[in-house]
Amino acid sequence: MSDASLHASETGTGDAGFRDYFALLKPRVMSLVVFTALVGLLAAPGSVHPIVGFAAILFIAVGGGASGALNMWWDADIDRIMKRTQGRPIPMGKITEGEAYAFGIALAGFSVVMLGLATNLFAGALLAFTIFFYVVVYSMWLKRSTPQNIVIGGAAGAFPPMIGWAAVTGDVSLESTLMFALIFMWTPPHFWALALFMKSDYHKADVPMLTVTHGRRATRTHILVYTVLLAPLAIGIGFTSIGGPFYLAVAVVLNALFLKGAWDIWRRDEAVAEADSYRIEKKVFRLSLIYLFAHFAAIWAQTMLNEAGLGGWG
Amino acid sequence: MSFREPHELHKRRFSRNLGLGLVLAGFVALVFGLTIAKVSDDDFSVPAEVGGAQ
Repeated sequence: MSDASLHASETGTGDAGFRDYFALLKPRVMSLVVFTALVGLLAAPGSVHPIVGFAAILFIAVGGGASGALNMWWDADIDRIMKRTQGRPIPMGKITEGEAYAFGIALAGFSVVMLGLATNLFAGALLAFTIFFYVVVYSMWLKRSTPQNIVIGGAAGAFPPMIGWAAVTGDVSLESTLMFALIFMWTPPHFWALALFMKSDYHKADVPMLTVTHGRRATRTHILVYTVLLAPLAIGIGFTSIGGPFYLAVAVVLNALFLKGAWDIWRRDEAVAEADSYRIEKKVFRLSLIYLFAHFAAIWAQTMLNEAGLGGWG
Repeated sequence: MSFREPHELHKRRFSRNLGLGLVLAGFVALVFGLTIAKVSDDDFSVPAEVGGAQ
């Protein structure tokens, strides 16, 4: 027996590679965290040294990744059931649950301490609260107990721009709260659109998604209601210090498109949706991704315009 | 004399060790950069008791 086969039989995992550990950090979710945190940092009044700014974004991303690893540790049982998550490192048998837990806890502690040291204690504390919220409040308490899991749990994904802002200013403001609210209100229609065309997965895993507990008609209504509530909020940012005419124009167009999409989803019934393989639902889901990235890109662009003395509200 | 082909497991382990080594090297560079950024900041000052002890 070689030392390799001995080791593999001891761990039962087959010794994961670097890429497997990286996959535990949910890199796709991390891209949203990095981008929104970066916009929060750049839009904040004041400035930080570029290396401090880079470190802040890196540690926020690592903290987000730690949340992802701890979420995969906790949800390993349902990840094995759902088709969408069966390719993750734990269900694939590449990493054990204990390894994922240790990795997540270590990275969480590391990222919080390092962000606190690199920027300020408030930003570090906000990152710690975000990890706690995602892992304990969302993953452990809400996800399997209430169909409002997505609504409240969405707050965890909404914190990064607020942390980026706090890394510069050391506090919370109306603008950073509005960026938080934008992601918070966007999350439910985004995920419910996904749940409409991924219905069998959530049902099989017994996760109380709105589609499972209240039916698909109610889910369509919820998407419309949240999109209607989201629109004035997103457009309202245009009248704050981080907004301006450019952002406002982008927000008006995107919200008109998103409202149209939500209206189209609401008007359809299941028979029509099934007949065209959920074409509209998939389209709105894709649009929702563009919606969020474009809003934050517009905030970034507007910040640069404002700094150059072009296009702000003065 | 011929070398045996490395086991697939060793290749994976090497990728993990190399990745970890690069991450650690990057972290050392980042902490060095942060130190330079902090001490070259206009607001930076040596704490009084440290200054007094010198």
